[in-house]
Amino acid sequence: MITLSEVLETNNMIQHENLDVRTITLGINLMDCMTDDLDRLNENIYSKITRLAKDLVSVGEEISLEYGIPIVNKRISVTPIGIVGSPACRSPEDFVTIAKTLDRAAAKVGVNFIGGYSALVMKDMTSSDRMLMESIPEALAETENVCSSISVGSTRAGINMDAVRMMGDIIIRTAEATRDRDSIGCAKLVVFCNPADDNPFMAGAFHGVVEGDAVINVGVSGPGVVKTAVEKVKGENFEVLCETIKRTAFKVTRIGQLVGHEAARRLGIPFGILDLSLAPTPAVGDSIADILQGMGLERVGAPGTTAALAILNDQVKKGGVMASSYVGGLSGAFIPVSEDRSMAEAAEIGALTLEKLEAMTCVCSVGLDMIAVPGSTSAATISGIIADEMAIGMVNQKTTAVRLIPVIGKEAGDHAEFGGLLGSAPIMPVNTYRCDGFVDRGGRIPAPIHSFKN
Amino acid sequence: MEKTIVTLSGKDTVGIIAKVCTFFAENGINILDISQTTGDGRIDMMMVVDTSGFKGRFKDLVDGLDRVGEDVGCTIKAQHEAIFDMMHRI
Repeated sequence: MITLSEVLETNNMIQHENLDVRTITLGINLMDCMTDDLDRLNENIYSKITRLAKDLVSVGEEISLEYGIPIVNKRISVTPIGIVGSPACRSPEDFVTIAKTLDRAAAKVGVNFIGGYSALVMKDMTSSDRMLMESIPEALAETENVCSSISVGSTRAGINMDAVRMMGDIIIRTAEATRDRDSIGCAKLVVFCNPADDNPFMAGAFHGVVEGDAVINVGVSGPGVVKTAVEKVKGENFEVLCETIKRTAFKVTRIGQLVGHEAARRLGIPFGILDLSLAPTPAVGDSIADILQGMGLERVGAPGTTAALAILNDQVKKGGVMASSYVGGLSGAFIPVSEDRSMAEAAEIGALTLEKLEAMTCVCSVGLDMIAVPGSTSAATISGIIADEMAIGMVNQKTTAVRLIPVIGKEAGDHAEFGGLLGSAPIMPVNTYRCDGFVDRGGRIPAPIHSFKN
Repeated sequence: MEKTIVTLSGKDTVGIIAKVCTFFAENGINILDISQTTGDGRIDMMMVVDTSGFKGRFKDLVDGLDRVGEDVGCTIKAQHEAIFDMMHRI
């Protein structure tokens, strides 16, 4: 029989340490919507999403009520639209109509984000992929809930530097298209290396082509729970620290496993994976930086930060893997600057730099995330930063991503406000030495030697 | 059997348990176990109850306990037992 102290421990995590299920994400295959008639395609997409997802929000609320665990977001991911739109779209404007359809469908079923306005161009771009990429600034400026991700590299394919160069321009154009809202369009745009087909987290979620018709993927969270646990073992050695994180991660993950299975059962849709990622929010105490500081760093960004993050990431996986039948997605620790209050504070006072963040991405998921940079940053420099991050992912056989926000009209030291879970952040300085001669070469960086395993 | 964990916390006053038990009796809910701690004028109580005889939806149970909670000046929560089983039992 469950004891009173166990019940109080669980409820204390929920009430005082921000334990929650971050997202139930319904992945929907849109391949069967494809047709060469654009109007018909949009109708097919709208009706399929609104049919399959009609109960997603109410089921999420039901589970939340019955188990007493907050389920913060209910979301949808779809088959990359670069593929779905290929027979019907003749121009970037045609793709924008699909973005608007996705937005309408998301609003109809009550989810706050829909991901999959995406293209997989790790090796090369089809003309359809290119048109979708060209449409991104307008698509993200004219929709509220649509998220876009472009995968430009992988360990098997190398890095498509033509796409990397193009994305530098597209990120700047997206920033300009939403300059009245601190360039928030870029907060809904991710560039990936080695993307995950089953990632439930936004902005990078899409329903991979290896997936079935529909799937429920769940992202669990709980940085506040881990932080409290870490603070209780202050001064203890690394064995004790690691065991503490592992045990805590196990408990947090079990909640996600329960919610995932329950949501799948009630919706009649197969359960896919649980994503173990620790995802912060701007709420006080719901911070990855606080965990690292709880391990003994004065500020995140201090020497030792990369090692501390490596410990956290590894122990979360070790505890989480045993707690769930299927683990997938990104599964690690996120380090988004604007979404993590203590991370943003460290950036503000100069303790945390862009270069240190890049180093940190070598040992965690995912990458340079929600970082506000000067609006005057050149497209070539953005491409150079993307190339560096993609190289880390390609060589280390892991997912990496870039979600930079060049805030038009603001410079280093200014502040950007994105609101809600997206938070706020100081504009971080960027190395201004030029890299045009490198990123303008064109072509593809070959796959690394260790990708040839056959 | 549908096991639900009901937790109550707040200021300890006379008659709290009686009022909660009356609510359960009136709604066909069987109490399987009760444990509590008190001190400094506060009470934390947990009941394991069988809700298979309860006719309403889970939301009705939550709303009903909210009303009892307001009456006795405590917070009362109901949660399916599975969330605790999942977290604390392998």
